[in-house]
Amino acid sequence: MSSTPTVVVTGLGATTPLGGDVESTWRAALAGRSGVRTLENDWAEKYEMAVTFAGQLAVPSADVLTRPEMKRMDPSAQYAMIAARQAWADAGSPDADGDRLGTVVASGIGGIWTLLDAWDVMKSKGARRVLPMTVPMLMANSPAAYVSIEFGARAGAHAPVSACASGAEAIASGTQMIRSGRADIVLCGGTEAAIHPLPISAFASMQALSTRNDDPAGASRPYDVTRDGFVLGEGAGMIVLERAEHAAARGARVYATLGGVGITSDAYHIAAPEPSGRGQTTAMRFALADASLGPADIVHINAHATSTVVGDLIEARGIRGVLGSDTDHVVLSATKSMTGHLLGAAGAVESIFTIKALVERSAPPTINVNQPDPELDVDLVRDTPRALPSGQIAAINNSFGFGGHNVALVFTSV
Amino acid sequence: MAYTEQEILAGLADIVSEETGLPTDSVLPDKSFTDDLDIDSLSMMTIVTLAEEKFDVRIPDDEVKNLVTVGDAVSFIATAQG
Repeated sequence: MSSTPTVVVTGLGATTPLGGDVESTWRAALAGRSGVRTLENDWAEKYEMAVTFAGQLAVPSADVLTRPEMKRMDPSAQYAMIAARQAWADAGSPDADGDRLGTVVASGIGGIWTLLDAWDVMKSKGARRVLPMTVPMLMANSPAAYVSIEFGARAGAHAPVSACASGAEAIASGTQMIRSGRADIVLCGGTEAAIHPLPISAFASMQALSTRNDDPAGASRPYDVTRDGFVLGEGAGMIVLERAEHAAARGARVYATLGGVGITSDAYHIAAPEPSGRGQTTAMRFALADASLGPADIVHINAHATSTVVGDLIEARGIRGVLGSDTDHVVLSATKSMTGHLLGAAGAVESIFTIKALVERSAPPTINVNQPDPELDVDLVRDTPRALPSGQIAAINNSFGFGGHNVALVFTSV
Repeated sequence: MAYTEQEILAGLADIVSEETGLPTDSVLPDKSFTDDLDIDSLSMMTIVTLAEEKFDVRIPDDEVKNLVTVGDAVSFIATAQG
């Protein structure tokens, strides 16, 4: 009983710019489709926005949730709820002990629609018209709280916030909850609903976003020499983590093992990545060590790779730094080329891609790479999926966030 | 222009239905907001805020506890719009 519990993945759920669930998202990714398109509203003209496209949800939440659910939840909580219900059903709707069931649902930005809508109401109609659900909807822990209420999860509801590493950090936290004995099952992941003119314009003013307005589907192009910034996306990914013995006892289908977690912080700059990539490589090393694996065991990496000029190469160099000559048998996928950057949901959705790649032995493509950056020294999966080897294999999912947050997760096949 | 009690009931039923998902025809004058319609205090304050805007009336916060049934709210609004 003294050994640390093994943590396995038994359920997956997602709503993304590529599809309303995991299967449609995964099939679209394997087909190399883009979920990025021109904004379907008048914002660009009205506000003279520099960026006029984003990775908007393929299936709007209003098509899935009831009207009262839509009214009581910020879009960030709506997406999390949709993905959480899918993940729970996918895990076989376990007959769980609520005292041993936890939730960790992260968002990078939180309930920004609720906050800004309420401010608009207040400015135009006065303070008395501000609705009483404003605070419960905008608070950053709202998605985690709603998911805990939905499933009666009383072992703790957490909401780590670490910008674009948030979703991965949620999965890391869920892993620790099970390893430390606090829970048998944790519903964890990330959500983001920030396709609003203010955050788009704020990211644009940092010059973080691609401005390829005439070619939205081609705008997210990690590792292409003409990449010019990331593409904002929205959605949620949720996974069911479970203590291996618990999953076995109920005969659950197991997708993969969550072998290792590595977390570091750059302590360098509030937005820029640390140029040497030291924090990133240390996170990958920690995750490998935590999984008791070596570089030779890794066959696939789902890169953070957001399509920014500087960030992509720091990560790629770091991968070679960690894996050395074993990098030569690793295939790298940058799925943000298709989804855009889901910020706080990215680490969760990309963990799902990583898990699906292990299960189906197929690494998804990276689209829009017409001229690979000559400095890229890792085998990038382009245009069509690449088969992964049979037998026991392992993969890394990297997530890095503004503020210098680095999270690497290692998944292994079963 | 004042609303009739019938119009107020219909308008209130729309607000309650939007907030709770209950069908509008279940929002009847004799129904208690808490006991029959299962409306919690946050939802009640939401309904009050939306009703103030819809009927252009002021429902003071300390008056809300007296609005036990849908009929109480209809009567209050009908009087308050004066």
